[in-house]
Amino acid sequence: MAADLFPEHNLYRRNRARDLRERAIAGVLLAAALVGGLTTLGIIVALADDTFRFFSQVSIVEYLTSTQWTPLFSVQHFGIWPLVTATVLTSAIALVIAVPLGLISAIYLSEFAPSRARSILKPALEVLAGVPTVVYGFFALIVVTPVLQRLIPGMSAFNSLSAGLVMGVMIVPLVSSLSEDAMSSVPDSLREAAYGLGGTKFEVATRVVFPAATSGIVASVILALSRAFGETMVVAIAAGQNPTFTLDPTVPVMTMTSYIVQVSLGDTPYGSLSYLTIFAVGTTLFVMTFAMNVISHWVVRRFREVYD
Amino acid sequence: MAAEQPTTAAGRAHLFRPNQVLRGSLGGIFIVLGLASIVLALGMLVYLVLDVVLRGAPWLDWQFLTSFDSRFPARAGILAALAGTGLMMAMTLALALPIGVMAAIYLEEYARESWLKSFIQINISNLAGVPSIIYGLLGLTIFVRQLGLGRSILAGAMTMALLVLPVIVVATQEALRAVPSSIRDASLALGATKSQTIWHHVLPQAVPGILTGNILAASRAIGETAPLVTIGALTFVPFTPQSIMDRFTVLPIQIFNWTSKPQAEFHDLAAAGIVVLLAVLLTMNSIAIVLRQRAGGGRRR
Amino acid sequence: MVRVSDTSATDGVLGGLMPDLRPSISSPRGVDRPDGRDEIVDPVIEVDHLDLWYGRKHAVGDVSLSFARKQVTALIGPSGCGKSTLLRCINRMNDLIPGVRVQGAIRVDGANIYDRSIDPVEVRRTIGMVFQKPNPFPKSIYENVAFGARINGYRGNMDELVERALRQAALWDEVKGDLKKSGLALSGGQQQRLCIARTIAVNPDIVLMDEPTSALDPIASQRIEDLIRELAEEFTIVIVTHNLQQAARVSDRTAFMLASEDGVGRLVEYGRTDEFFTNPKDDRTEAYITGRFG
Repeated sequence: MAADLFPEHNLYRRNRARDLRERAIAGVLLAAALVGGLTTLGIIVALADDTFRFFSQVSIVEYLTSTQWTPLFSVQHFGIWPLVTATVLTSAIALVIAVPLGLISAIYLSEFAPSRARSILKPALEVLAGVPTVVYGFFALIVVTPVLQRLIPGMSAFNSLSAGLVMGVMIVPLVSSLSEDAMSSVPDSLREAAYGLGGTKFEVATRVVFPAATSGIVASVILALSRAFGETMVVAIAAGQNPTFTLDPTVPVMTMTSYIVQVSLGDTPYGSLSYLTIFAVGTTLFVMTFAMNVISHWVVRRFREVYD
Repeated sequence: MAAEQPTTAAGRAHLFRPNQVLRGSLGGIFIVLGLASIVLALGMLVYLVLDVVLRGAPWLDWQFLTSFDSRFPARAGILAALAGTGLMMAMTLALALPIGVMAAIYLEEYARESWLKSFIQINISNLAGVPSIIYGLLGLTIFVRQLGLGRSILAGAMTMALLVLPVIVVATQEALRAVPSSIRDASLALGATKSQTIWHHVLPQAVPGILTGNILAASRAIGETAPLVTIGALTFVPFTPQSIMDRFTVLPIQIFNWTSKPQAEFHDLAAAGIVVLLAVLLTMNSIAIVLRQRAGGGRRR
Repeated sequence: MVRVSDTSATDGVLGGLMPDLRPSISSPRGVDRPDGRDEIVDPVIEVDHLDLWYGRKHAVGDVSLSFARKQVTALIGPSGCGKSTLLRCINRMNDLIPGVRVQGAIRVDGANIYDRSIDPVEVRRTIGMVFQKPNPFPKSIYENVAFGARINGYRGNMDELVERALRQAALWDEVKGDLKKSGLALSGGQQQRLCIARTIAVNPDIVLMDEPTSALDPIASQRIEDLIRELAEEFTIVIVTHNLQQAARVSDRTAFMLASEDGVGRLVEYGRTDEFFTNPKDDRTEAYITGRFG
């Protein structure tokens, strides 16, 4: 009988080996999950140590108030402001491009575009996000800057306008995609109600759907800003290596990310004060982007419009 | 309003005076605007690609692909960069894929809703928003220094593995979620253990999604420059790495290096390197798209 | 389909005195109680004051009943009465749902399967389940049947086992030409028979069926019903169905569950199918059978 060929059914038998194996497998999987889960902690720990060491040698007051950043010169100043303003400047320019283009694209794709057009254009925009940033950096320096130099007298070869413009286009898919998702999740019943009242497509899109998706759209803008803050290669290549405290988009500036790259390219001895500076700057950058990410999630959670 | 308000709808009709012409045309204007925005953004990309191809194509030859970098543009090539990119990518995936898939399996199949699960999940999705250069600092401190790996390709791969880990985890989680629970029920009802069910049934069905995630991760890894510069990948490398502890460079860094030089020939070389880089990415993503079509069309074996 | 009475249908204690429990044959002596426990001399499954909660929701309330060996028992009732939940308790499939709490006992051949020392995996090797929507694995027909046997440590000839299981499930003749074909390429009814084949391939004592024909067309359903009567010669079968005629056609005993006003599913009446449908004891049972609600 078939029964003989199977191990005997015995409910009381507890297969110890199998139990152990199952538990071991679960343990290994948990360990893998913890690697992912603890990376943020790892980042904090990795940054914290050398950051503290930095601030034991440099006063935090100077760091936060001085407007001169010359850690690699013989006369060292450690004011973070030149780097921060450069980051803010390039990011602001980027957002001036990315937000309008991104939002208009999003509204168009979500409310106006026929589905065939959408299925081509949406992935096409995603391609923009897939291009390596070093390529955009090249483009900014080698192609865009010369054009700008012809348009704007006095524009220097390294400047934040060029980098900001290219970064802006690079970030359009981020704004567009997230905003579009937010608008897509607005239920159709709202649209139908508005159409039923005699609204045109434009009115429905701008006065009903867009406001209804506000929390998601705001979050996408904040995330775009965070992304711009963290961008490295475009600014490292095209924006310059001069830590100038300025808001002039035509002159070379150095962002926080640029600085870290510059030091890494050099031969800064490990443990020296100059070496420690990249950690202080890194921590500043991390704290800023982390705060922005958290805020964007909070915005979504707090202000999410709930539809039944 | 001075006049008395009429009491019938017909009477009130004159209070509504929409400018139908304007209202109607706004939609049309917006469609134009919308398309223009998209075309503008895409147009920049197209222009970029064209420029790069025009500049770089003349320099693309066998010699370019098989020479090391050099101070003389005519002799410079991307051999070291290609070798470094290839090796680093393979190592990155070898590290990130198992860990990412295992982590995703844990989160989707094993973990019960608890603070730990939420903690891990939130952390992983948060990681996607961390600037890539921060990963470089992490790698520098922990892998290069504390683990004593030096500025080796191994340290680079470990750093990149952490960077792309969230991509793989999220893609795998989605793939696992797409497997219908009826399959799991059927397997468990036959007396299979959880791990047997996952290994024999859930994972095989999730493979296309996992592969897609893998390719996405690889695309990301190939194009990253900043973290590798930070951990000390070199910009001038006249050799190919012979062991995982060797110093190295990658294609994006080589491009960065050449772009930063003042001579125009090096810019053209950079363009040639970009063409190669984009070609590789295009190939990989095409494969991913094909895979996704295949997966969507049913998994009959 | 009329089956000639045979003593193999029930155990040896009362041997030839225990008649074939088809609707057309007169009932044996015994007291009819809602839990029917007294009547069944050698129950293979005993549900003993079982309660189940999904989180806060009390889904099954204090259910006690026994299932007779190598017979078909039907669980009927309107949706939400807890019959599927009860069924899934028997092979501990409810364990897989987070937040589920079970109180009470279910004894299989005397062993309480909810005891701490019992491994749910072992329970599921002894008690098989066929689901409402056919869910063959996306593998070949052969692999579908072989999988369960492999992981259960089958030591014999796999080809023989696959053929035997497919024959028993009345599917062999239709698929023997190409066992490598994907299980998903079969029709709905064939897929369900494949699921039955793979379940019985691992040689369970008990087969649970959760509305096995509700996703199938009438002809396919009929074939499955015939199959169930055949399988009852070898296996104990518990079938949940919302189709009263099916319960009457196919089962030896029927249990009726109902959700009371508090939303808790309880056992209302349980008895031999012939009497159950012709002479229900409880008003609610009668109302349900005659279609006044549900």
